[in-house]
Amino acid sequence: MAEHVLDVSNLSVEFHTAGKVVEAVRNVSFHLDRGETLAILGESGSGKSVSASAVMDLIDCPPGRITSGSIHYRGEDLLHMPAGRRREINGRKIAMIFQDPLAHLNPVYPVGWQIAEAMRVHGMPAGDARRRTIELMGRVGIRDPEQRARAYPHQFSGGQRQRLMIAMALGYDPDVLIADEPTTALDVTVQLQILRLLQALRDETGMGLLLITHDLGVVAEMADRAIVMNAGEVVETGAVRDVLRHPGHPYTQKLVAAVPGQGSIRQGAVSDAEPILSVRSLNKHFGAYHALRDVSFDLHAGEAVAIVGESGSGKSTTARAIVRLDDADSGSVHYGGRDLCALGEKEMFRLRRDIQMIFQDPTQSLNPRMSVFQIISEAWRIHADILPRNRWRERVLELLDLVGMQAEHADRYPHQFSGGQRQRIAIARALAMQPRIIICDEAVSALDVSVQSQVIRLLDNLRDRLGVAFIFIAHDLPVVRDFADRVVVMKEGAIVEKGDVVQIFEAPAHAYTQALLAASLEPDPDRRGGQHRESA
Amino acid sequence: MTQTGINGAPAKSSRKLPTWLGLLLADKFATAAVIFLSLVLVAALIGPALLDEVAGKVAFRSRNLAPFQLDHGVLMILGSDSLGRPILARIIVAAQNTMMIAGFTVVAASCIGATLGLIAGYSRKFLSDAILRLADVIMSFPSLLLAVIVLYMLEPAVGNLVIVLAITRIPVYLRTTRAEVLEIRERMFVQAAKVMGASSWRIAFVHILPMVLPTLLTIATLDFAFVMLAESSLSFLGIGIQPPEITWGLMVAQGRPYMNQAWWLSFWPGLFIVLTAMSLNLISNWLRIVLDPTQRWRLEQRRETDHG
Repeated sequence: MAEHVLDVSNLSVEFHTAGKVVEAVRNVSFHLDRGETLAILGESGSGKSVSASAVMDLIDCPPGRITSGSIHYRGEDLLHMPAGRRREINGRKIAMIFQDPLAHLNPVYPVGWQIAEAMRVHGMPAGDARRRTIELMGRVGIRDPEQRARAYPHQFSGGQRQRLMIAMALGYDPDVLIADEPTTALDVTVQLQILRLLQALRDETGMGLLLITHDLGVVAEMADRAIVMNAGEVVETGAVRDVLRHPGHPYTQKLVAAVPGQGSIRQGAVSDAEPILSVRSLNKHFGAYHALRDVSFDLHAGEAVAIVGESGSGKSTTARAIVRLDDADSGSVHYGGRDLCALGEKEMFRLRRDIQMIFQDPTQSLNPRMSVFQIISEAWRIHADILPRNRWRERVLELLDLVGMQAEHADRYPHQFSGGQRQRIAIARALAMQPRIIICDEAVSALDVSVQSQVIRLLDNLRDRLGVAFIFIAHDLPVVRDFADRVVVMKEGAIVEKGDVVQIFEAPAHAYTQALLAASLEPDPDRRGGQHRESA
Repeated sequence: MTQTGINGAPAKSSRKLPTWLGLLLADKFATAAVIFLSLVLVAALIGPALLDEVAGKVAFRSRNLAPFQLDHGVLMILGSDSLGRPILARIIVAAQNTMMIAGFTVVAASCIGATLGLIAGYSRKFLSDAILRLADVIMSFPSLLLAVIVLYMLEPAVGNLVIVLAITRIPVYLRTTRAEVLEIRERMFVQAAKVMGASSWRIAFVHILPMVLPTLLTIATLDFAFVMLAESSLSFLGIGIQPPEITWGLMVAQGRPYMNQAWWLSFWPGLFIVLTAMSLNLISNWLRIVLDPTQRWRLEQRRETDHG
């Protein structure tokens, strides 16, 4: 018992919500030693975060309740100790970093002050805390720490904020660092930097790293051992290599199989026909910020063009300019012989049917007060000539069937569905218009890996059956590998490279495309090792 | 819920009413509030016809009678006022004017305010600015002064009173609505509707208004009490409701000089103002839950546990 720095055994946590008891975590056991990385892998709702929250005493009681089990830190029972002692351990010896660093930094205080405060509350004198803050900020890779300590959170980028959170967590040289989805909100190239930093810090200080993630690539990159959780239970534990290469449990097998980008690359059918949509030199400014610089590309009937880029690259702005949610400053979008950018309201209204959009977060994009039937039939309410009213019900059921849902779902409300189902509803809504082009703005990035692959398969299927053309916007290259015919890579508002999917993946010409490819994490531990560990 | 028809449509419509009733019964406070408000409404409808004479009859011998004595008749149970008129009867008669003024004012102010707010929040900058400046003008103008001017120029009557009070209350609804609209119009589902080609009218009334409605309902119910008291202060200045017409607010104002000898003169009408406002608030709270599909289960569940 004493040799493990953190030892969780038979932990069960339940939540009392909506009048029923939800067992979020059932009989979970794991242990962590100094200097090693343990990954807890699971999809949303698997209980992975709840397990970690229990260690940090972050579960609200009520509605949460720890019903059984124990958590030992260096032999001390965390669940049965005075609150004062527990606080002394939390933050000092067991520290935590979170997914969204902006939400965990107070916007009205300088970051240096906040990092120092984390140490002062545990009794460090103010002068020492300030010195240590500067030292830590330098260590996590913030340039010019003396100056930057006086800056406010909004003056840092997402990756830098996560570095600051790490600095805050390291104040007392913790024995255990719990990282809850530390890189999920970050761009791929930044993600790699943060993961490298965590690895270096772990080796340097000898702390144990408990990494909670849904991303098999992160697990392969970082962890020594992994436990896989599903529906509150541990379904598999073992060394990372064994878990990922020879998954024993069916759930793990499903998870590994669902990772995008492992099928054969799609052989893009290059058609010589006239493109149905051609975007020419779009430019857009937000104030002084040049968001789009001469963006041009073509879309042919029935093909999928992926626009890939990191946040701020202008990929969503392009989509919004095409459907006229925002107007471009200059440039044109030709569709059916007309320039969408120059059309008046009335003419645009008629063409809107042909170009539909699916948004990133289906929780946000469906009106919570409308039933599924109302959501899907709204298309026909707006465009009265598509379908007579007496056929609405029948057609809604058809569409639900087409996207893989049941007839009885028609009268329910969006909150009664899971994320993947909601996205299916959003797809059905887009299809109700009988569009020729569907623009997917990060349509799968908010979904779990296994759901992601289902939705992509569905879109693929729709393309083949209905001949819909797709513009598929993503921040991640592997996702588009099995789906897109052609890829457009964007950076800072400009297109840096475009080409067939095979060419982009096998012979990327531009340095940025190469960097993006190199930064995307490979879920196969062996190939991974060859790629990064040597170069690091 | 007992019968399920074979052909779905009639069964559905016959089930609709009991569902609403059931949802109401699941919330005990809302049920009590609805009962109280129904009584007030009945009083407002038939009270003046039945009790007008009794309520206006002056009897100096029974001035300022203390409440809870039955020797002067049931109508004297809440005591009598400074001219010996039974307070209970007066409260019942006054219900009509009070409810009419407060009701019309709140409905008019919230409808106009919400509509202008929707337009201000959703339209182009110029129109939005114009509407907001209009609200600023109303807010910066002392409402009492406005009332005095208007009511001296026009006649102090129920209709004019409603107009004056409604105008002064419009900015509250306008600004709240606009602020919420500005947030909601950026939500994804509004953008999705835009991509589908929904008209501005449709987006404002079908997608945005239902999201703002709960807030508006809550403000409206709080405003109801405010308007009742504002009306009484105008009446106190002699430019509101003129005696022998009465309202609850006027009764409170008239009872104030007698506060240290006969507290019941102000207390009973005041109590009715409070209870009415509170009932409305409870009902709006219930409505907020019923109208929100993500919250409705709270009531449905309570109902099931009650029955089971």
